[in-house]
Amino acid sequence: MTVSAGHAPTTALRVQARPAGFFVDVASVARRAIRQIPREPEAVIPALIVPIFFYVLNIGALSKIAHQAAGFSFKSFELPVAVVFAVTGVSRASALVTDIQNGYFDRLVITPVRRLPLLLGLMTADLTLVMALAVPVVIVGLALGVRFHAGVLGIVVFVVLSGIWGLVFTGLPYAIALKTGNPGAVNASFILFFPITFLSTTFVPKPYLEGWLGTVANYNPMTYILQGLRSLIVGGSGIPGPQQSWNAAFLGQAVLAIAAFGAISLSLALLALRGRVRRS
Amino acid sequence: MPEPAIATEDIARQFGDFWAVAGVDLEIAAGEIYGFLGPNGAGKSTLVRMLCTLMRPTRGRGLVAGLDVAREPEKVRLRIGVALQDAALDDRQTGRELLDLQGRLYGLRRADRLARVEQVLRLVDIGTAIDRLIKTYSGGMKRRLDLAAALIHDPDILFLDEPTTGLDPESRAAVWEEVRSLNQQHGTTIFLTTQYLEEADELADRVGIISRGRLVAEGTPDELKRTVGTDVIVARVETLTGTTLESLRAVPGVQEVVATGHEVTVHADNGATVMSPVALALHAAGTAVVSLTLRTPTLDDVFLQLTGSHLQVDAAPDGGGSPAEHPGSAGDPGTHDVGGPDAGTAEGAAEEVRA
Repeated sequence: MTVSAGHAPTTALRVQARPAGFFVDVASVARRAIRQIPREPEAVIPALIVPIFFYVLNIGALSKIAHQAAGFSFKSFELPVAVVFAVTGVSRASALVTDIQNGYFDRLVITPVRRLPLLLGLMTADLTLVMALAVPVVIVGLALGVRFHAGVLGIVVFVVLSGIWGLVFTGLPYAIALKTGNPGAVNASFILFFPITFLSTTFVPKPYLEGWLGTVANYNPMTYILQGLRSLIVGGSGIPGPQQSWNAAFLGQAVLAIAAFGAISLSLALLALRGRVRRS
Repeated sequence: MPEPAIATEDIARQFGDFWAVAGVDLEIAAGEIYGFLGPNGAGKSTLVRMLCTLMRPTRGRGLVAGLDVAREPEKVRLRIGVALQDAALDDRQTGRELLDLQGRLYGLRRADRLARVEQVLRLVDIGTAIDRLIKTYSGGMKRRLDLAAALIHDPDILFLDEPTTGLDPESRAAVWEEVRSLNQQHGTTIFLTTQYLEEADELADRVGIISRGRLVAEGTPDELKRTVGTDVIVARVETLTGTTLESLRAVPGVQEVVATGHEVTVHADNGATVMSPVALALHAAGTAVVSLTLRTPTLDDVFLQLTGSHLQVDAAPDGGGSPAEHPGSAGDPGTHDVGGPDAGTAEGAAEEVRA
């Protein structure tokens, strides 16, 4: 056998592989995921257009009725719904399934990368994206005259709270992606979006919800998340009367609701991750 | 004695009732190129996945760089580079981004990463395409990038699972050259699985033949080919009867007769002298002969002798022009008085009689 002249020796540098460290792992995985987002605008644009479309459509159709019947500002009441629509269900779970199917996930698992960052890196990218999606929706609201009690800080809390909700929701599609490795199942996880977002105070304030819907809404974390978000907006709660600029009880309930949902969804995702990398 | 780079003791893996790998003992020295040869489904990939820490053995154990793959997978991962079957890449990154991510996950600092990317790119020729999205790459380019990704952290031991399956001959030759160059310039131990005989023959210092989860033979390509005799006579016939085989076995100088379908393979030490008696025996047995070929043995003949079936469907359909024989392969044992290293393919090198 002869050595090819075309191949220069590569002995100049000997490097030593080592574990990169937990946060470097998370950052490396997140970097790749974030880089991919603008390369697939087809996945992001609907997530932005759809909520703004429905927001404008709903307030156009229902503002007058809401105002005349109950005397509240529908555009303020519906802005949290629009943001929740924008941030719920946006994840890298489909991309993860592609990685699992084409074997790239195995290539990652063969490296010294810790297992948890394989998921946390993707979630970091998701959080970045959903907050980026919430901002233009809020801007549309502001342009239409919606005002926040606590000014800029209120807007920041609004966006961050929505973003964290979006993040904990991703636990479900990730759990399905890691458990099944099946793109169809991941797409079907979108169905979960409907009961969670609609069996709640999505279109009318809680006192107006009657019968079974009122009962279901009482147990739906979305009710408390919307309540917390609305408490940040002037006239957003849909209930006439004086409102505090910072309602600690409402915000606290929203945080608890997100935490409770997250405890379940993220546990499922972590269990599924463990199963996927268990080397069974 | 230096520690082997890879060693397995009765390593086995079960899926349901099926043993994909049914107990394999291997010992591969540092710096060796070991070719693991077998057809689809023989258990090659399962063994590689166990040695690469992707899958636990059901039984037995595997040591890579002296480390137990089941007990110390994290340490094993630092020492090995892996290119799995079907180039596992991400279409939506550029080649350079993929290599950089790989370097980050192996804990390389920025300066080392940049330098290593340049180095592996010198070894694995991808050209300016390295800054394009991987989805624009050809199959051969993907394989080369996959190889580069496996090398970014300068591993001691490289696993290549069917590195050239599905590649055109030119790309295949390029990958072979890169593999050889790595082994010779860096002393990298290479464990290569393949279903191509010529690949094992061309690259490997030693070859293990796997069939149905078991290692059925092991040795240098020359040693293995010697086990089937110096020459091989292949007769394609219209119908095959027990009488035909009996009369062939009775021919003086014939060592072994193996029949598959419409094909009889006769092993002999001196094929040139046995050729005519074999033809006469076939005629006397009333067997209609489609073609009769004399050539040097290939690893497929070894496989056929050991398992009773050909390694590849497309291998040696008529014993002549077999893709199993790579023209000019160095160290081919067939360079004796009859035929050449590429007997059966080169005109005049083989005596071929077509009825």
